This record gives sequence, structure tokens and C-alpha cells, in this order.
Amino acid sequence: MAADTLFQRITDYTHRADPYPLYAELRENGVARQDDGSYLVGTYHEIAALLHDPRISSDRRHRTAPDETAGAAEALPPSFIGLDDPEHHRLRGLAMRSFGPPHTPDRIDGMHEEITRIVRDLIAGFQGRERIDVVDDFAYPLPVTVICRLLGVPTEDEPRFRLWSDAIVAGFDPTPGEDPVERQRAGTEARKAMGLYLGELAERRRGHPSDDMLSAFVNDAGPGGQLTPLETMTTAVLLLIAGHETTVNLITNGMLTLLRHPEALERLRGEPALMPRAVEELLRFEPPVHMLPQRTPLADVEVAGITVPRGSPLILMLASGNRDPRRFSDPDRFDPAREDNQHLGFGSGVHSCFGAPLARLETQIALHELLQHLDTPRLVEDPPEYRRSPVLRGPRHLFIERGGV
Amino acid sequence: MLGESRGGRIVVVGASLAGLRAAETLRAEGFAGSLTLIGDEEHPPYDRPPLSKQVLLGKVPADRTGLPQRRRLDAHWKLGVRAAGLDPVGKRVLLADGADVPFDRLLIATGTRARPWPNLDEAAMDGVFTLRTREDAVGLAKCLDARPRRVLVVGAGFTGSEIASACRERGLDVTVAERGPAPLVGALGGTLGELAAKLQRAHGVDLRCGVTVTALEGDDRLTGAQFSDGTRIDADIAVIALGAVRNTEWLAESGLAAGPRGVTCDAGCRAFDMYGIVTDDIFAAGDVARFPHPLFEYQLLSLEHWGNAVAQAEVAAHNMVNPGPRRRPHLTVPAFWSSQFGLNIKSVGVPTFSDQVVIAQGSLKDARLVAVYGYRGRVTAAVSVNQARSLEYYERLIETAAPFPPPPGAADQRESPVPMPSDVPDPKVLSHGPTVALTGHLPDRRLTVLRPAR
Ligand SMILES: Cc1cc2nc3c(=O)[nH]c(=O)nc-3n(C[C@H](O)[C@H](O)[C@H](O)COP(=O)(O)OP(=O)(O)OC[C@H]3O[C@@H](n4cnc5c(N)ncnc54)[C@H](O)[C@@H]3O)c2cc1C
Ligand code: HEM
Repeated sequence: MAADTLFQRITDYTHRADPYPLYAELRENGVARQDDGSYLVGTYHEIAALLHDPRISSDRRHRTAPDETAGAAEALPPSFIGLDDPEHHRLRGLAMRSFGPPHTPDRIDGMHEEITRIVRDLIAGFQGRERIDVVDDFAYPLPVTVICRLLGVPTEDEPRFRLWSDAIVAGFDPTPGEDPVERQRAGTEARKAMGLYLGELAERRRGHPSDDMLSAFVNDAGPGGQLTPLETMTTAVLLLIAGHETTVNLITNGMLTLLRHPEALERLRGEPALMPRAVEELLRFEPPVHMLPQRTPLADVEVAGITVPRGSPLILMLASGNRDPRRFSDPDRFDPAREDNQHLGFGSGVHSCFGAPLARLETQIALHELLQHLDTPRLVEDPPEYRRSPVLRGPRHLFIERGGV
Repeated sequence: MLGESRGGRIVVVGASLAGLRAAETLRAEGFAGSLTLIGDEEHPPYDRPPLSKQVLLGKVPADRTGLPQRRRLDAHWKLGVRAAGLDPVGKRVLLADGADVPFDRLLIATGTRARPWPNLDEAAMDGVFTLRTREDAVGLAKCLDARPRRVLVVGAGFTGSEIASACRERGLDVTVAERGPAPLVGALGGTLGELAAKLQRAHGVDLRCGVTVTALEGDDRLTGAQFSDGTRIDADIAVIALGAVRNTEWLAESGLAAGPRGVTCDAGCRAFDMYGIVTDDIFAAGDVARFPHPLFEYQLLSLEHWGNAVAQAEVAAHNMVNPGPRRRPHLTVPAFWSSQFGLNIKSVGVPTFSDQVVIAQGSLKDARLVAVYGYRGRVTAAVSVNQARSLEYYERLIETAAPFPPPPGAADQRESPVPMPSDVPDPKVLSHGPTVALTGHLPDRRLTVLRPAR
């Protein structure tokens, strides 16, 4: 065991419930080269600097070592999360046209009521049950329903794309040791299947506009042009996955953290106006995205005195940066009223989270309503069972006994 | 000592951005004494940047640009009263209405005003505007609502260019007259100036560079203007955008180092007197202040930037209530933004402090780029056009006095870029001292370090 690299230990499932001591070790060691040639960065200021460094690519095709996923002949090309400017900028801008300002400034604010209604419907479903699973009964269906409405995907198809989504997430799991080729092949397949499915849904709307993003992708052309059918597929897959696999963890981690900090829970109940700040603190303290495993330097880059050679895999440990005592005072303390909280939960720089306003709104409403409707919720097991992924980290289930409505 | 600096009487002259932010910081840092804000405008503090942008476009009413007050100030507000003098010995601010206000410590935050059109008769005609205050913006917006046949903008700096942009967006005919070779050259140099010129013309501006306005025509109302090249135009409105004048006249008899270029102060915002001796009870912040910056060879900078007003006000306030060893230098890297003709322009560092410039990312053709400025082989500024998120990286390079040109390898770098002359007024530097860099991320841990000469 002693020979295991730090990254092996971090990704090892046995540490999923509490990787934070390993992150402290990572910060101590500075930039850590792993046996496989990848580099791990876990300190806040270095991560922030790399996220803004134009020489750091998000496109895996720039890696020196061959990348099986990218090589697959019939794979879909990368979506904009895996591309660099100017291509990234063009595609992100086209997707943003139907999602946020300046072209569609009210889309997210306009969903406030609808999200509240979905949340209340889900809570109404708790009726008569003493034990609920925060994940399956609440935190998973909420963002899925919302992103489906937003994109214009029938929620009934959820079982289908849940399988694809699982395979896609497993496909970019960077856990070393296990043979990744099969996982990546399955991920590539699933991504293609989901792309074809979403592409077809979009094509059916061509010429028959409806009030959703898939329709906007094929029907609205702005000064920057329009997404091609292939770009529509990759972009829609990205949004569906991103909207599907992250917010669930924020809501679940949020509930778990509040149950572990009853004084904070009580405070938020009495002081709902504090919720937006509490959600920012959750994004720092228990972020849904623990690392960005996709970066590659396009030139030799010096990070904290170490030269990371061009083409090496560069892994940015966001969750570790969020606990860096050189940036946050008392970083291991959960403080729902924390000030000066520029966490890395949504990344930073040109790729910073596209869906952040939506994710914030969903989580604020979700946690607020839960606190208002659960009298004396209790954790059934702590720590709960976690999902496999070390990248998108969160509980697989979170059973609570709800104690009255 | 601590108790002493947290009490007493603090007076702030100038109740706008810097004055308000300083007052808030004073209270946040535990100042419990009496706090007085004196401002010659009638309004509580409001924000100016929207005046040439959203307000002129009619998107935001002028009376909706009030600055948010982030905490209870418990202050005496004296609004609509001008400070007319300062008695540094008796420690009193003399007001125009004859009253005076005693202080233990004073903050000067009187900012700037618009430079007026030099011919007073012409300036007094209906239809001739400057833009600095809320009233200016209300008046100008109203005249634009009346759909003038043509608007003349005199001066193509940031404010003039933004006004021209707003007019074009409203579908009004605009002529811009600029003495220099292109818009924005004074601030950004030749390369971006050329881009700005191209964009203004593409947006239908009648841009005339290398000319001056020799006369504004009309009797009571403006009817037109004459140019130095012998041409003339008809125009119903002229907006004079010839830059700013520092509001220091009230300090003429004060014995402070105050003049047309501002109130000179040290890096801790303490004002100098006219002999160059630093005072310890009079501070300055915001557009009115002139201060040495180690990154720019300790030259005295006068900035007209929103972000500088905020950062400097916070440092001044901190230093007003903290004893010597706890005081902080004002070391933030200057930064500002502007939006015009569909461009979002952001700048860090001091672009005029440069001899070369290079397009490090993006391209002029796409009007999406980062231009990096260097002076004698180190990075001193960067300006992004429609690419603001890239700028933080360059701020780091400026702070660490990184070599110019910046290292290649940016994903969106077109071909291997060639540094060009930056074509800005040459920084008037007499000697070349050692290079200075900044380290540390937190305001109270920032340090200045000397880099051995390369
Ligand atoms: C139209 C416009 C657009 C701008 N756009 C941008 C932008 O996009 N980006 C950017 O970075 N910056 C911009 N600025 C600059 C920014 O607004 C200033 O940097 C900022 O207002 C400076 O704040 P200040 O408090 O130092 O000075 P000011 O805002 O000038 O405030 C000084 C105050 O003191 C008062 N005063 C003056 N003399 C006296 C006296 N003797 N007695 C009492 N009171 C007095 C004045 O009336 C005024 O209220 C813009 C400015 C204008 C006018
Ligand atoms: C709490 C929930 C969420 C978290 C923690 C989160 C986190 C992140 C992070 C860290 C990144 C940066 C990736 C990188 O730099 O490589 C990112 C990017 C992205 N996110 Fe989110 N996200 C969340 C919710 C969402 C939602 C709801 C959507 C869709 C509506 C979304 C869409 C995206 C997209 C499209 C990108 C790529 C942006 C780009 O490359 O420019 N995210 N997200």
C-alpha cells in the first residue's frame, strides 16, 4: 500500500467518504508528479492561476500520451467543455443565447416558481413515509426534471438517459490502476447514443419552435450563426449531463452537511435570507465537482517551482483548493455566513460553470423547502454510501428519518 | 493608541464613490467617533459609469443609479454644501455657506469634474453638454429622446466613445471629432485605437480624427460646428468630452500639495504638503488622489477608475484608524472597463506605461483579443476586448514583473505574435531603477520585493 501514489489513494473508493486528509497531504507536498506522468495541483492560488492561464488546454487531444477516448473513430467530437478558445467561446456563446444574458436574461429567474412547484410536489410525495432517500426521492429527480424542461426532453425517457449518463460519467473517471479502456469505450458509445437521441429530438423541432433550448438551437440564428446538427448533439449532451450529475450532489451534500451541523440548520430555518451564502459555503466545503481531470499544458508551465511539461495530464483538485488555509481562514469549518468566499466549486476562468445561476437557484429553493417541511430530520447512517466517481462526488443514497411534516 | 484612533472626529469631503466606501470601511474597522460627509451634490452617493451607458440608452433611469450602502453609517451628511477651504492648523473645513466643520482626521475625496468647453459663450448655448453628474445625464438623455438631427461628440476618449455608441444604438446620427489619430489612443495606444476607429465607422459614426472643433455655432441654441480642416456640420447637440479637471481649487490656500494634477499623497494615502512633507491627519483617495505606485517605478499615478476609487478609499480608511505599523500600502493593480459599440473593454495595469504591445490572444479581425503591453522588457498592462475572463492571468504577470513578451502557448494565440511599438505617449522616466514586483495574495500580506536587474 505504501507504494500507492497519492492520486491512487485519493481516487480509491475507500476514501470517498472523507478525502480531505489526503487533500491536506497533497497541499503539503506541493505540485505532485504521479508515476503515470500526471501532475496534481491542490493549492488554491496555484489552481486559480492555472484556471486563468491561456496555455492550459481543456482539450485532451493535446496530451502527449495517446488518449483512447479521443481516438475512437466514430466518437462524437468534444463538446465545448473539452475545447479551447476560440472554438469554445463560439459554442458557449451560441448555447448561452437561449440560456442567459444578454440574449435571454430572464430564463433562469423565470423558473423560480416552477422549481418551487417541482420541489413541493416531491416533498408532497414524502407523505406517510417515515424514511426517505434524499437522493432518489428528491435531489436526483429535481435537477433532472428541471434540465429536461429547459432542454425540452420528455421526462419519461429518463430511465434511458440515466443509463447513458452513468456510463459517460464512468468513462471519464480517472481512477488509475483499473483498466480504463473498456470503461472509456462504453462511455464513448453512451455519449454517441445520447447525442443521436437528443439530435433527433432537436431536429423534430426544426421549423416548429417551442419554448425550450433544443428548439432554440435549431431555430434561432443570431449574429454569431447557429449550432450545426453535430454541435447541437454535443452541446445538448453536455447540458443534460452537467445538469443531471452535479446539482444532485450539491443538494445531497447540503442536506448531509446541515444534518451534521444542527446549529447551522436551525439558524437557516430562522434566517432564510442566509441561504444563498450557505449554498456558496457548501460549494466550498463539500463541492460536487472535486477535480478537473481534463487539463493539459500547451507549453512547459511552471507551477509553484515545478515545471509541468507540455502535454502532461494536469489534474486540478478543486475540493482541495477550497480547503486551503492560505486562502480560507479556518477552512475545515462549515460557516454558512462565511464572507469573502471565492470558492472553486464552479471552477473559474473561461470554462467557469455555465449553469451556475440555475444550480444556485435550484439548491437554494430545494434546501429552503426541505428545512421548512422536515421537522426533526435525522441521519440514518453517517457516512452514507457514496457514488463511485471521485470526480463528481456525492452520496449514492442519503437515508433520513424525517420526523413529521 | 488603538482607542485613540478609533475615536475622535473624521470628516470626509466628497460624498461620492470614494467618500462612501471610505466611510463604510471606517465603520467596518471599528471607528466609533463622529463621522461627517460633505458633498456639494444634492444626492446621496450615486454611480457614474452607468451615466454614459445604460442611462443614455434609456435602459436605467438616472435616479436609479444610487450606490448601495452596505452598512449603517451613523454619519452626519452635509449634502448640497461645497467645501470652500481648509485650515490645516485649526483643523477645520470651511464651507461655502460660511460654516466650518472641525476634524481630527480628514479625507479628501472630491474627485474630478468634466473639463468644460473653453469658450464660455459657446458652452452656455442650449444643446451643449458635458457628462459627469446625474443632472448632466438627465438633461442629455432628454435631448436625445427628442431625436436631434445630429449629435457632435468632441473628444474620443472613453466617455466620448461611450456617448457616441449610445447615440448610434438609439439610431441617431453622430459625428465624433478627435484631435489624435484615433479614438482611445491616449489610453490604449495605436493598435487598439485603430480597432476602435474601424468599429466606430462600421457602426455608422462620422469619425473625424486629426481635427479639432474650432467653433460651436448658434445663438441661444447650438446649430452646428466648424472644424480645423475648414469643414462644418449641422448639429443640434454637442457633448464635450475633453477629459476631467481635478476638484482641488478649494485646497488652494491649504498648504497641501494640491493642484491641477490632484492631491499628492504617499502609498498609504496620506497627503503631502507643498514642501513634500507628509501629513498624518489628512488623507486622499479616488480620482482626486495622485500617488506613487511601486510597479510603475514609483511614478505618481492619477487614475480615473472606479475600481481604484474603491480600493484606495478602503486603504485610506484603514490607515485613518490604524497606527503606523498596521498601516497598509495602496498596491492594487489599476483596472477599469468600458463598453461601447458592442465591445467590452477591460484593462489592468497602466497601458500608457509601455513601449511595446503584442496581441497575445485572439485577433483584431475578430475584435476579440488580449493585448499585452510591455515596458523595457517586462509586462506592465493588458487590455482585453470581449475576452474579460482572460485578464486575471495577465494581472499576475504584471504583479510579478514578468518578462515581456509573455510566454507563448496560449490556445487561442494566432500565429507567433510580434511585439509592435505601443504608440502611446512615452512614459517620462528619468532613470531606470531596479524592477519591483508584488507578492502575497491577501491585502495585509502583500509585499513589495526588488528583482535584481536582468
Ligand atoms: C460618465 C462616466 C462614465 C464612467 N465610466 C467608467 C467606467 O466604465 N469604468 C471605470 O472604471 N470608471 C468609469 N468612470 C469613472 C468613475 O466614475 C470614477 O473613477 C469615480 O466616480 C471616482 O470616484 P470619486 O469618489 O473619487 O470621485 P467623484 O465620483 O468625482 O466624486 C467626487 C464628489 O465630490 C464632490 N465635490 C467636489 N468638490 C467638492 C467640494 N469642494 N466640496 C464638496 N464636495 C465636492 C463632487 O461633486 C462629487 O460628488 C466613469 C465616469 C463618468 C463620469
Ligand atoms: C451544483 C451544480 C454544479 C456544479 C458544482 C458545477 C460545476 C462545474 C465546474 C467546476 C465546471 C468547470 C469545468 C471545467 O473547468 O473544466 C462546470 C462547467 C460547466 N457546467 Fe457546471 N456545475 C453545476 C451545475 C450545472 C448545471 C445545472 C448546468 C447546465 C445547465 C451546468 C453546465 C455546465 C457547462 C455547460 C459547463 C462547461 C462550461 C465551459 O466549458 O465553458 N452545470 N460546472
